Amino acid sequence: MSNLNEEADPGPTLATNRTMDMVVSLLFIALGSVFMVDSWRIGIGWIEGSGPASGFFPFYISLFMALASLVNLQRAFVHAEPGGEESFVGRDSFKRVLFLLGPTLIYVLAIQYLGIYVSSAIFITAFMIASRAHIQQAVLVGIGTSVALFLMFEVWFLVPLPKGPLEALIGY
Amino acid sequence: MEDVVSLLHGFSIALTPYNIVLMVIGIVLGVIIGVLPGLGGANGVAILLPLTFSMSPTSAIIMLSCIYWGALFGGAITSILFNIPGEPWSVATTFDGHPMAQQGRADQALTAAFTSSFVGALVAVIMITFLAPLIAKFALRFGPAEFFAVFFLTFASFIGTSRGSPFKAVASMCLGFALGAVGLDQMTGSLRLTFGSQELLAGFDFLIAVIGLFGIAEMMSSVESGLQFRGKHATIRLSVVLHTWKSLLRYWATSIRSCIIGCWMGVTPGGATPASFMSYALAKRFSKNGNNFGKGEIEGVVAPETAAHAAGTSALLPMLTLGIPGSPTAAVLLGGLMIWGLQPGPMLFIEQKEFVWGLIASMYLGNVVGLIIVLTCVPLFAAILRVPFSIIVPVILVICAVGAYTVNNNMFDIWLMLGFGIMGYVLQKLDYPLAPLVLAIVLGDKAEEGFRQALLGSQGSLTVFWSNWLVGSIMTLGLLLLFSPLITWAISKIRTGLGGHPAAAID
Amino acid sequence: MRKRPLGVMTAIALAAGATAGPVAAAAWEPAKPITFIIPAGTGGGADLMARFIQGIVTKHNLTKQPIVVVNKGGGAGAEGFLDVKGSKGDPHKIIITLSNLFTTPLATGVPFNWKDMTPVAMLSLDQFILWVNAQAPYKTAAEYVAAVKAGDDKKFKMGGTGSKQEDQIITVALEANTTPKKFTYVPYKGGGEVATQLVGNHVDSTVNNPIEAVSQWKGGNLRPLCIFDSKRSTYTEKVTADMAWSDIPTCKEAGVDTEYQMLRGIFTSPGATPEQVAYYVDLFKKVAETEDWKKFMSDGAFNQTFMSGPEFTTWLEAAEKRHLALMKEAGFLAAAAN
Repeated sequence: MSNLNEEADPGPTLATNRTMDMVVSLLFIALGSVFMVDSWRIGIGWIEGSGPASGFFPFYISLFMALASLVNLQRAFVHAEPGGEESFVGRDSFKRVLFLLGPTLIYVLAIQYLGIYVSSAIFITAFMIASRAHIQQAVLVGIGTSVALFLMFEVWFLVPLPKGPLEALIGY
Repeated sequence: MEDVVSLLHGFSIALTPYNIVLMVIGIVLGVIIGVLPGLGGANGVAILLPLTFSMSPTSAIIMLSCIYWGALFGGAITSILFNIPGEPWSVATTFDGHPMAQQGRADQALTAAFTSSFVGALVAVIMITFLAPLIAKFALRFGPAEFFAVFFLTFASFIGTSRGSPFKAVASMCLGFALGAVGLDQMTGSLRLTFGSQELLAGFDFLIAVIGLFGIAEMMSSVESGLQFRGKHATIRLSVVLHTWKSLLRYWATSIRSCIIGCWMGVTPGGATPASFMSYALAKRFSKNGNNFGKGEIEGVVAPETAAHAAGTSALLPMLTLGIPGSPTAAVLLGGLMIWGLQPGPMLFIEQKEFVWGLIASMYLGNVVGLIIVLTCVPLFAAILRVPFSIIVPVILVICAVGAYTVNNNMFDIWLMLGFGIMGYVLQKLDYPLAPLVLAIVLGDKAEEGFRQALLGSQGSLTVFWSNWLVGSIMTLGLLLLFSPLITWAISKIRTGLGGHPAAAID
Repeated sequence: MRKRPLGVMTAIALAAGATAGPVAAAAWEPAKPITFIIPAGTGGGADLMARFIQGIVTKHNLTKQPIVVVNKGGGAGAEGFLDVKGSKGDPHKIIITLSNLFTTPLATGVPFNWKDMTPVAMLSLDQFILWVNAQAPYKTAAEYVAAVKAGDDKKFKMGGTGSKQEDQIITVALEANTTPKKFTYVPYKGGGEVATQLVGNHVDSTVNNPIEAVSQWKGGNLRPLCIFDSKRSTYTEKVTADMAWSDIPTCKEAGVDTEYQMLRGIFTSPGATPEQVAYYVDLFKKVAETEDWKKFMSDGAFNQTFMSGPEFTTWLEAAEKRHLALMKEAGFLAAAAN
């Protein structure tokens, strides 16, 4: 991504706010329904000796959430929300977001295999090189950050973070 | 008078060179711990606790409580610079602090935050010095019904302040409550909403949600619009500090109100987090510039920071006098007391005079030392914003991941953080207010617990919430605040004779 | 070849009082930092004890590798236990237990049993005491129980830590003496909070551990009625002006036949070899011998029983059976469907 540091054009619209409003409302309703069913399962009434049952509070909360989202859905449907036709995200903007999100997902995945220190060094270095930073600078910042974190957490504060094969080699 | 003599004696204990060095070390460590999201004051103190075994109890508590002050100061830094609250109680600081940083006023925001923190702490310490026994008695009056009333008041004061569609605010808050309910139900000891998943056993931690919803989401929206952080003219001079101090004088009313809220919530023990939210909400309601809150209003930084620090400080009082911690960090310090062979509780003030007054004196000194250290570092912090975007983005993402992991030492939390990030990005763009969501996650289970404990005790009768003047007046105040939008709306409707939007009333 | 001389050295060191340098530990030595898991949040009794142990180990230099303390308290401790259960073959993990070792799997249905881990040692047993507010008219446990029996059903509120855990189990067991009247059990998050609620008269009685309530007792705010043990505490040093822990009658001699003690023990990962277990047993023996530990035990009136090996396993089996029976009787078992 070359133009990370410049004010950028969002590009053609991928979805309007109205569409997204409807999608999000439906998700809220779905989540609310699932929670309501599970709360119902564990009981929503009064249990003698232990007060309101476990499901009492989450049930009504989920009910309110679903009801409020129904209103939101209806408002989006009849174009009652201001700015509904405006773009939620443009194609170019979305690409930029993916440029951030994609590598981050790979990074988090890598933590499980390489440990957090090695993954972080690679992630920072790769991200900086992709953003057209100097290679030496990228390597320096990447490794420097990881080493600093390692010293701080594993050596000084004694807080264990996820570690991989490299750390095992040096006895951690 | 006796207290003053004891305090002076305390100063003579705290003011040895050795203890002053410990103070400085403590503050610096605390600031580092406060800056790293996830590694909060409680963790920080717990981690360093074993180091203090070889010290005298007085020196040990001085160093540990300074870590605590440092963490209280440090929490504000990342909130303002990157919209990532390092500590739960600095969430409210992001609302106006971060917009200020975006406008290139990071130095002002930081100065305001640190100064207000100091003021809050100072007021709380003065209160501890002179009113400790009285307040300890007051704290004993708080049973489950009173706790619920306090949380109810926090929600009520906050609920009317969000802009935009009230239905979105309701959906957002309910989502927070629902997520907060996942995991083990404290009251019955059974699991709920976990759907058999072992990852969901521990529920959704507030800090994970906040790192995602605020930090990651903010990063996504900055990248999306191709923006970079604007901190170009962050060359701070003494004049900025003095100038900011001068402007802070105007907000004396907000400061006093925030101090009262903070001290009260710290003692009861509601804690620093609800104190900061409540104080922000009330400042917004009462301020002449209330409509500008959320767009970079300095008063919106002063209110939560003053209250958080006042609460954080006064939370140590019930710990010392009653043995109940007013905050998670106080809980760990409490453990420390026992490890050093001291019994917290009513006898501490009588049996361990030297320790108690040394600690109280160190509260004064620690905060002065802390303020000087953080203020001199403001240019350094503000300069971070000048680091190129291509470096800042990946480094902050790494720090967020580390922070999310350290909260519960759980890999799954890093995934959750990413999930919350995407959620926050989408919800923010659709004008769903995030503050009620966060508030509900952090206070929802506590409020529910108080509510159910109270009902259990009263055999299901709601009259327990009006059973004495204390709980009754808090509840009534809460109801008034909750319905104040409705009342103002009704008044304006009568005045103009026009039909308003009925939806506004539900908010 | 190597094993034998080391074994001999260990024996000598143990005979000499085991205070020699860390070299003389056991045949196995940890190769990396030891993770010490607490299946509870920061600030509780288990957390306190684990961090205290960490401090003793650091102060007296008992291990070559540092001990790293980690809280995994989610799901009433299930998170921590599942972590150890899943760390087969990694002996660098130990966990401190409280009664949730037995109660959590029974109450929540989380698939876990103490046999999924390797028992190391019992450090001590934590006592429970029946407390009332010092202003309350009841001087003995019998008087209090009689008052509960005479009052309305559920009129008396018992405060306790958590739900379907030790405090509530004791409460249910106590109700055998008050039939047909029951307590209203009000669960709170921490033991200190429970004690304070009793001082503030928001509940009528508690079954706090000694360490949670001792300071309020000293301050004249609480009164101990009886201790839930078969014999009185062995600590005879005066705690208040006129009473020591040993002056508190057992519940049985006070006419209330209820007994309960909580395990403070150490477990390690499944599949640990006998050498590895021996290393930890030895380490905790050294911890238990320090003056700091003895003071800590007496402050909290702990029952100092150190157990390891088959003796400990037998104890655990009996305790598991007892918990199952108590929980079943109280109706605390998780539904089979969960």
